[in-house]
Amino acid sequence: MLLFIIRRLFFAIVLLIAVSVFTYFLFALLPTDPAALSCGIHCKPETIAANRIRLGYDKSIFEQYWLFLKGIFVGRDYGIGTAAFTCPAPSLGYSFNQHACVTSLIGETFPVTAYLSIGAFILWMMIGIGVGAIAALNKGKWQDRLATAFASVGVSLPTFYFGLLALFSIVIWFQILPFPSYESPLDNFPAFITAMILPWLVLAIISAASYTRLTRNGMLEAMNEDFVRLGVAKGLRLRVILRRYVMRQALIPIVTIAGLDFAGLLGGAIITESVFSLPGMGRMSIRAVVDSDLPVLVGTTMIAAVFIVLANVIVDIAYGFLDPRVRVS
Amino acid sequence: MRNHDSEPVLSVQNLQVSFTTDDGVVRAVDGVSFDVYAGETVCIVGESGSGKSVMAGSILRLNNSSTATTTGKILLGGVDVLSADESVVRGLRGSEVAMIFQDPMSALNPYYTVGDQIAEAYLVHHPEVSKKDARQVVLQMMIKVGIPSPEKRIDEYPHQFSGGMRQRIVIAIALINSPRLLIADEPTTALDVTVQAQILDLMMDLQKEFGMTILLITHDLGVVAEVAQDVIVMYAGRIVEQSDVEAIFHAPTHPYAWGLLGSVSSYGASKRGDLFTISGSPPSLISLPEGCAFHPRCVHSLGSGSRCQSEKPVLRPVGNNGSRSACHLADEVLVSIGTGTGAR
Ligand SMILES: Nc1ncnc2c1ncn2[C@@H]1O[C@H](COP(=O)(O)OP(=O)(O)OP(=O)(O)O)[C@@H](O)[C@H]1O
Ligand SMILES: [Mg+2]
Repeated sequence: MLLFIIRRLFFAIVLLIAVSVFTYFLFALLPTDPAALSCGIHCKPETIAANRIRLGYDKSIFEQYWLFLKGIFVGRDYGIGTAAFTCPAPSLGYSFNQHACVTSLIGETFPVTAYLSIGAFILWMMIGIGVGAIAALNKGKWQDRLATAFASVGVSLPTFYFGLLALFSIVIWFQILPFPSYESPLDNFPAFITAMILPWLVLAIISAASYTRLTRNGMLEAMNEDFVRLGVAKGLRLRVILRRYVMRQALIPIVTIAGLDFAGLLGGAIITESVFSLPGMGRMSIRAVVDSDLPVLVGTTMIAAVFIVLANVIVDIAYGFLDPRVRVS
Repeated sequence: MRNHDSEPVLSVQNLQVSFTTDDGVVRAVDGVSFDVYAGETVCIVGESGSGKSVMAGSILRLNNSSTATTTGKILLGGVDVLSADESVVRGLRGSEVAMIFQDPMSALNPYYTVGDQIAEAYLVHHPEVSKKDARQVVLQMMIKVGIPSPEKRIDEYPHQFSGGMRQRIVIAIALINSPRLLIADEPTTALDVTVQAQILDLMMDLQKEFGMTILLITHDLGVVAEVAQDVIVMYAGRIVEQSDVEAIFHAPTHPYAWGLLGSVSSYGASKRGDLFTISGSPPSLISLPEGCAFHPRCVHSLGSGSRCQSEKPVLRPVGNNGSRSACHLADEVLVSIGTGTGAR
């Protein structure tokens, strides 16, 4: 098992390096001149040239990549003389649009994304598994039909549309909640909750839909297993059978997919953050695309990649713990 | 003939089980009645799809309650399983009546160790026992069912066991509470031939040791001859013959039994390992033939317009061996064809 974990981690690191190369080169090949962008439209060629040197874009792309990689571990200095400044390790570059180190930009926006993801994740797992279980236990009855309808509507609802609909109906028409304006939970917890509740719910309902279906089908499949029949024949209570026999089996694929979905969210819930104007990493990425802010894009993409690769490793390891048949081989 | 003064351990009375499916109502068990007495081994034989497993499952109310409709009576030690509270039935499951299923590869929960699963069966009916003591009971049981080095294997998972060893675990689960009645639904069908004999011997040894009553569903006539006292032959959800083991092999009293046991050559029966196959195929349980369900395949049928095609035959005593047969042919005919050609 330990060997398995070490091997998986090793591959994860190799994969991350590959992703970083790919992202870096892909964005570097875009036909934009970061040096020109850094000082606006009415820029003198001398300033552009100076900026290019200051930001390191005069060097070859390989050297640039090397400096980027080195910056992650030892930090990076920009400029010379009095204009010199440092992005300390781990440095993911410097945004000349926002005049800030990418790492500190991510440090500001990531907590918002994390709060959004964690809250939505908890809600959606509860809704998804709960509704799915109710449907499975009442197969063919109205509860099941209702849950199935919820699942099919939920999966096909575009986040953008549903988010706006929620915003309009709840905030503008019925005025149940004030217009969301994000505050850090450390500064103003009630305001934080009021701002987050709608995005949490929107994200949770949309994501819960597929989990409803997964739970329902997984449970129904498990209930047909011979070993469940033997469990009943042993004289076990329904509750025990559901927990130790049915759910135990149905949860395995759910854990896998949930891990990956959660990791994907951590990389930035782009649409939800944009609709509800949450200052998270997703919204920052969109801004960066609009502004051609390459360093920020490379940084957020790298962070998202780290989460997804890590989630894959964790899910693989969890799988080994959940299914003894995988563990031994 | 068997002599039964005591109360039966199990009494099934006019059991009917039907499933509502998209294609129609499947009448899987259609009016079955029989008694099983203490210490006996009763074998149930019949073609695939004749309702043996559904019947066995209803004894512990294991059939899916949302699609199955079950009527009749199933008496276990004075309790009618079909009308009892769920908690009462739960108390019977695994303690008074235990079950062994056909496929040991899928009967065990893959996510827990075999020790956990045997212990679980014990602890659910002995909640006062500590986990530590239960482990000792489990180890003893594993020794009894012939699992080598049980101290090591108790903490292993089902996939680490061979089919035969898994079936031993299933037997250990079944016997851990010393049940009065063991229902074994083709317990050896999925196993290698050499292992089949071992498992069967084990069951018979344990039957003596625990004084159990066994209801055994099997396709293997050799097994029937070896272990059964009483044999029930099922066809299309009904009992067509119930007889002593001697009688069924020497003088079966139903045309279907003649075919099944290969005793009457007129069926052109061919041996396929265990039961003989009868030409023609079993009827659809959604639309059974009128009258006797077997008449379209029966070479002794009384022909068109006869009772065979209009009236369901009921089980009645035939001959003086204590046999019961559900056939419209006259008693003398059944006895004479049966005895004339019976012995194998
Ligand atoms: N849950 C169910 N829903 C619908 N039909 C069912 C269900 N369970 C069993 N049946 C039907 O009931 C009939 C009897 O099935 P059963 O499993 O009892 O046969 P069997 O005699 O045990 O056969 P085998 O020797 O193959 O095990 C079959 O036609 C089967 O298709
Ligand atoms: Mg069967």
